[in-house]
Amino acid sequence: MRLPCPICGPRDSREFIYRGTALDRPAPDAGTEAWEEYLHLRDNPAGPIREFWYHHAGCTAWIEVTRNTATHEISDAVLAGGEGAA
Amino acid sequence: MRFSAARILKEGLTGNRGWRPHWRSPEPKPDYDIIIVGGGGHGLATAYYLARTHGLTNIAVLEKGYLGGGNVGRNTTIVRANYAMPGNTEFYSHSLKLWEGLEQDLNYNVMHSQRGVINLFHSDGQRDYAVRRANAMLIQGDDAIILDRDGVRRMLPYLDHDNARFPIYGGLYHPRGGTARHDAVAWGFARGADMRGVDLIQNCEVTGIDIEHGRVTGVQTTRGPIRAKKIGLAAAGRSSQVAAMAGLRLPIESNILQAFVTEGLKPVIDNVVTFGMGHFYISQSDKGGLVFGGDLDYYASYAARGNLPAAEHVMEAGMALMPMIGKAKVLRSWGGIVDMTPDGSPIIDKAPVDGLYLNCGWCYGGFKATPGSGHTFAHLIATDTPHEAAAGLRLDRFASGIGLMDEEGTGSQHNLH
Repeated sequence: MRLPCPICGPRDSREFIYRGTALDRPAPDAGTEAWEEYLHLRDNPAGPIREFWYHHAGCTAWIEVTRNTATHEISDAVLAGGEGAA
Repeated sequence: MRFSAARILKEGLTGNRGWRPHWRSPEPKPDYDIIIVGGGGHGLATAYYLARTHGLTNIAVLEKGYLGGGNVGRNTTIVRANYAMPGNTEFYSHSLKLWEGLEQDLNYNVMHSQRGVINLFHSDGQRDYAVRRANAMLIQGDDAIILDRDGVRRMLPYLDHDNARFPIYGGLYHPRGGTARHDAVAWGFARGADMRGVDLIQNCEVTGIDIEHGRVTGVQTTRGPIRAKKIGLAAAGRSSQVAAMAGLRLPIESNILQAFVTEGLKPVIDNVVTFGMGHFYISQSDKGGLVFGGDLDYYASYAARGNLPAAEHVMEAGMALMPMIGKAKVLRSWGGIVDMTPDGSPIIDKAPVDGLYLNCGWCYGGFKATPGSGHTFAHLIATDTPHEAAAGLRLDRFASGIGLMDEEGTGSQHNLH
């Protein structure tokens, strides 16, 4: 599997570390339920998912990838926190 | 139809014309007391023990494909009870005891072979942890022996003992661990459940769970609606999709775990050997194939096949541990969809919907749990109280932080295990 890094272009997935589902971090005082949702509970879809990958052996950017978990097809990859990111 | 040596002799002398299918293929009835979603090892075992232990037989097991076509047919067949954390130790100990009487109980040959499991260690720190784990196993009443360098050398002469990076310091030997014939386990439980009147319904995918006033009333399926008073979910890697039908989100991410088999060879590996530092473990099937695997593919996936980096890593680790296997040709590889929880340990608990029960989160360890899981899940469904051996497998441990079972001591967070 190759991931299209917005900075480096298509790169071998071994250059990246998977950092899990892209979720909005709750406020520190958001309460137990919000943190339980953020830390543990997952939609875990068999289909498109937005997730973080860290390009540790490349440009060291965090990227937000839209990938289909059933086919591994990648439809989008943007810099995390940048334009188009969640 | 009972199996026995006399029966085999009789059938052999009369042209093998007396054998019959091991289970029926009934049409679904409109109404059951209990529906089990998922006709894999855990679902079939649950139905078996509901009938066998609790005398409940108005039960259907609904399977979207064929019986035993999921992870019970896609694992590396290892059976062991060598856990360290409270919650896990008593559960897997309970399961191993059921394994030891399983063939007689089922009247079915599951080829359970207690050939021993050896976990290798490669440093003083790892030895300390192995001793701590061995003590936990002994306190639980199971067996554990610490092997020193020479002990491992005598038992497993074919390893690269003086590997420059990971020299072998010794091993944690669990003699009662071993392997079993994975498909036969599913078949044996299916036959045992069917004989007691459980309806095993294949090609029947659950498409909805009906809930009225906070209580389950039945399921929608590709073969029509079926009513039920209680519903147990045992859908392994697809647990999140099934639970979502009841409006639940689970602490689960589905990942791929690969396994590999070589061509058949003469007997060479007598035990199960695990090489934790390289993420590699191996045994030899009764057919002669070397069966081995390693770590997850490490990202969410339902592809049911592996990616090459993980395969390459497993091969490299295997070569590092036992260079001789480089001559064996890998015949096939496959991937199973495993339901990973944040702490790497399973869940058997009531769902926050009345009449709905969860059996999920088996990570990479579901096969050895099959009888224990079925037995304790049946107890929970039948009595509405957790079985004492599975009381630690709670759904709320992630939110509360109480009773987490992260065996590797890495914490409770997705993508760590």
